[in-house]
Amino acid sequence: MSAKVNAALPLEYQTEQNRMNILGFWIFLGAEIVLFATLFGVYGVLSERHAGGPGQSDLFIVKDVLIQTFLLLTSSFTMGISIFEMRRSNKKGMLMWLVFTLLLGGGFLFMEIREFINYVHEGATMQTSAFLSSFFVLLGTHGLHVTIGIGWAILLIIQMLQRGLTPVTARKTFIFGLYWHFLDVVWIFIFTFVYLRGLVM
Amino acid sequence: MGIKWDEFFVTGDPLIFASQIGIALSLVGAIAGITYFKKWNYLWTEWLTTVDHKKIGIMYILLGVVMFFRGGVDGLMMKSQTAVPENEFLNAQHYNEVFTTHGVIMILFVAMPLLIGLMNFAVPLQIGARDVAFPQLNALSFWLTASAAALFNLSFIIGGSPDAGWTSYFPLAGKEFSPGIGNNFYAVALQIAGAGTLMTGINFIVTVLKMRTKGMTLMKMPMFTWTSFITSIIIVASFPIFTVALALMTFDRTFGAHFFTISGGGMDMLWANLFWLWGHPEVYIVVLPAFGMLSDIISTFARKTLFGYKSMVVSIVLISVLSMLVWVHHFFTMGNNAAVNSFFSITTMAIAIPTGVKVFNWLFTMRKGRIKFTTSMLWALAFVPNFVIGGVTGVMLAMAAADYQYHNTLFLVAHFHYVLIPGVVFPIFAGLYYWWPKMFGYMLNEKIGKWHFWLFVIGFNVTFMPMFFLGLDGAVRRAYTYSAETGFGPLMLLSAVGSIILAAGFAALVYNIYWSARHADRNIGNDPWDARTLEWATASPVQQYNFASLPEVTKLDAFWHMKKNNELQPLSEDEVEEIHLPSNTWIPIYMGAVFGISGFLLVFEWTIAAGIAALGIFVGLAFRSFDYDEGFHVHKDEISETERKWRKGGNKGVKNHVS
Amino acid sequence: MDNHSKGFPISHVIGFFMSLVLTFGAAWIALQSSLSMTAVMWIIGTLAVIQAGIQLYMFMHINESNDRIANNINIIYSAFIAVVIVAGSIWVMTSGHSH
Repeated sequence: MSAKVNAALPLEYQTEQNRMNILGFWIFLGAEIVLFATLFGVYGVLSERHAGGPGQSDLFIVKDVLIQTFLLLTSSFTMGISIFEMRRSNKKGMLMWLVFTLLLGGGFLFMEIREFINYVHEGATMQTSAFLSSFFVLLGTHGLHVTIGIGWAILLIIQMLQRGLTPVTARKTFIFGLYWHFLDVVWIFIFTFVYLRGLVM
Repeated sequence: MGIKWDEFFVTGDPLIFASQIGIALSLVGAIAGITYFKKWNYLWTEWLTTVDHKKIGIMYILLGVVMFFRGGVDGLMMKSQTAVPENEFLNAQHYNEVFTTHGVIMILFVAMPLLIGLMNFAVPLQIGARDVAFPQLNALSFWLTASAAALFNLSFIIGGSPDAGWTSYFPLAGKEFSPGIGNNFYAVALQIAGAGTLMTGINFIVTVLKMRTKGMTLMKMPMFTWTSFITSIIIVASFPIFTVALALMTFDRTFGAHFFTISGGGMDMLWANLFWLWGHPEVYIVVLPAFGMLSDIISTFARKTLFGYKSMVVSIVLISVLSMLVWVHHFFTMGNNAAVNSFFSITTMAIAIPTGVKVFNWLFTMRKGRIKFTTSMLWALAFVPNFVIGGVTGVMLAMAAADYQYHNTLFLVAHFHYVLIPGVVFPIFAGLYYWWPKMFGYMLNEKIGKWHFWLFVIGFNVTFMPMFFLGLDGAVRRAYTYSAETGFGPLMLLSAVGSIILAAGFAALVYNIYWSARHADRNIGNDPWDARTLEWATASPVQQYNFASLPEVTKLDAFWHMKKNNELQPLSEDEVEEIHLPSNTWIPIYMGAVFGISGFLLVFEWTIAAGIAALGIFVGLAFRSFDYDEGFHVHKDEISETERKWRKGGNKGVKNHVS
Repeated sequence: MDNHSKGFPISHVIGFFMSLVLTFGAAWIALQSSLSMTAVMWIIGTLAVIQAGIQLYMFMHINESNDRIANNINIIYSAFIAVVIVAGSIWVMTSGHSH
């Protein structure tokens, strides 16, 4: 619990507690990799078990998937810029880019929910087949992460406005950044191994 | 969906009815007692909201001991049912419930809390730290575990117990064959406990990596710290798998998904695959910290440095990697092809190599040592031969072809009890006797301890040794009865007698705790065992801030070398500095409560209510996010006063307890 | 860490550009080329891994803190476990009894 401050480092690394929190979050991301890997494994085992219901090529729409991917990739980029501005002690720029990130994340979420609603209208629900169960849970887990991320970032923006840029708020925002980039990584694998693979099949 | 109100309480069984009354009475009694003695404030400020790793550790241990009683009663009920052929003490359904809860409780609510409790208590002290990396998260881990244990135990009085085995294989555990809500308790309670355990894993990885005192490189860490560290890594690598598996089980059972159901294209054996992807590493999660304790205890009482320290470290790292690669040996009989079964046969046998290295290291540590036969050491000594029996029968089971003969017989049951009881329970007892003086400032009685030891070890062997032979004769596990013609009767009866001796051993432990709390000598100094690691360099019981000034380490067995080289200097006044500590917090216990309530509603498939209750979780997270409490400082005067008190006489007037 | 005060986030822009190229390249290979399914999966799988690396090293700054060794071991070990889980589960669940 040392409160010693090393001012030579970026704000988020200045105290020992901050460095521990950041390392701890990396370890947590390791656990998240295992969690998503399990969901991917389940999807890999069940993805061709359609039980007479619709298959991947009946459902997936290339254009929508590409738009979702573009939104999330861009939001990962704007998140990076937000941290970049934070390190230049530009609070205003940092908040602006963070808000962009959330708007892009919100857009992604909107597209995903619309996609799910369309599937349900086409009679493809979680109860239809093993393929769709695993599809909805894999995608839903990622979507839930994005949703929680948006709520989390709103709390951080409030704190940033209340307290300004301190080692604590900087660390929290940096950790949120790690989380957001990580969700982008997961999406890349979903894009590749669920959507593209489904469309090639 | 949901459940009918008249099925809410379990009715119609006199045993359960008696427990319901018993639980209600003891709850009322506890509340009345605390109120009468005006202890609510003490309980709240000193324990329920604490973030001190030592107190959290003690609460974990308390939970583990209480759950040991519950799981033990389940075991005794099974043994009484099968003591004679065609017995009618329990019916098939009740027997199913009892073996299910016995397994779940013993692994997840006994072994895990006891080990994590000892880890919590000892690891920060062994590395010369003042707390873990995330004290609040640590409290949250505990309260999630406690909440899950409460939820799981509720099942036998409200709603009905899970009854599909601790492995809860599909299709049996699915809605089709288990329409009641019992298995929902399994899915939801273990989910909550798993979340708590995962947080512990992250916490201890960071603690060990970042909070070691000056000079303590990784290769100078005590072996218990090493194994706790590696265990934490296995937790992080495997518990998320269980999280997913349980979530999918909930989706199948409550929301009609088709992961493991036969209809809709699901695969029942996919559950077994996921369960053991977590379940096998789980075995090493419980066994590795136990190995670490033994290493420290054997080295202390053999009065020698641990033999082969480096090979010990290499072995546990190897075990941790291999533990992720053996899971299929739990279902060789699924009907896999030869390549799969051969691969997992070989990895399973390979894991015996590093384990064997460890056994020889312990033996060589004792060689030419001046061994002190304390109770703690006796447990460590009994561990070796008993665990070897478990290990060798494990290698027998590892042969896929032979496994078709042993699979699901009592031979298997005997094997894993020979692994888990000597490999986990014995070391836990050793650890309790060893660290008890550090926790409470008095020792457990050695004489009663020896009664505990002999009753337990003899009872254990009499209970489980016959099961090897019963299994080879064809007795299957999880069968609630058998006919007299099978000829199983005599050995089953012997086994039942053994379980009574085993229970007497546990009673001796409970009596020992009671006796020692009342009568044991309080003047024992800080180092009653003449031990080797840093936790013994500070007061017993340990003061709030652990170390007045953080120790500096130059060698393995740091404290031993400090004693030998007379480097233990009295603390001078000007060395004392203010110490920063984290404040208590209500959020972890609140989170435990909302997780419990939300989980309870989800068990009953009242999904909307569960969702609303789950909002409370996010409220708690938001409070935590806005919590900028900086902790507090312990003042110099207070530190000097505390230190003077325990350092005053040195070890004057202290009897030598290890002779 | 050393370039954090410069005026233009050049590494972010490069990373973003590369991730777009990799994504749409993968989509093009999958949807427009006439390669076999196996070849397509190997190629786009590799592209996905490269892209994950870009996120880790260019956006998430995995190498900049004092804990870079721990961070790298953590991610590599997690990736290893991920491969074990995915490949292992598919192998075990589809190679024996169902064929």
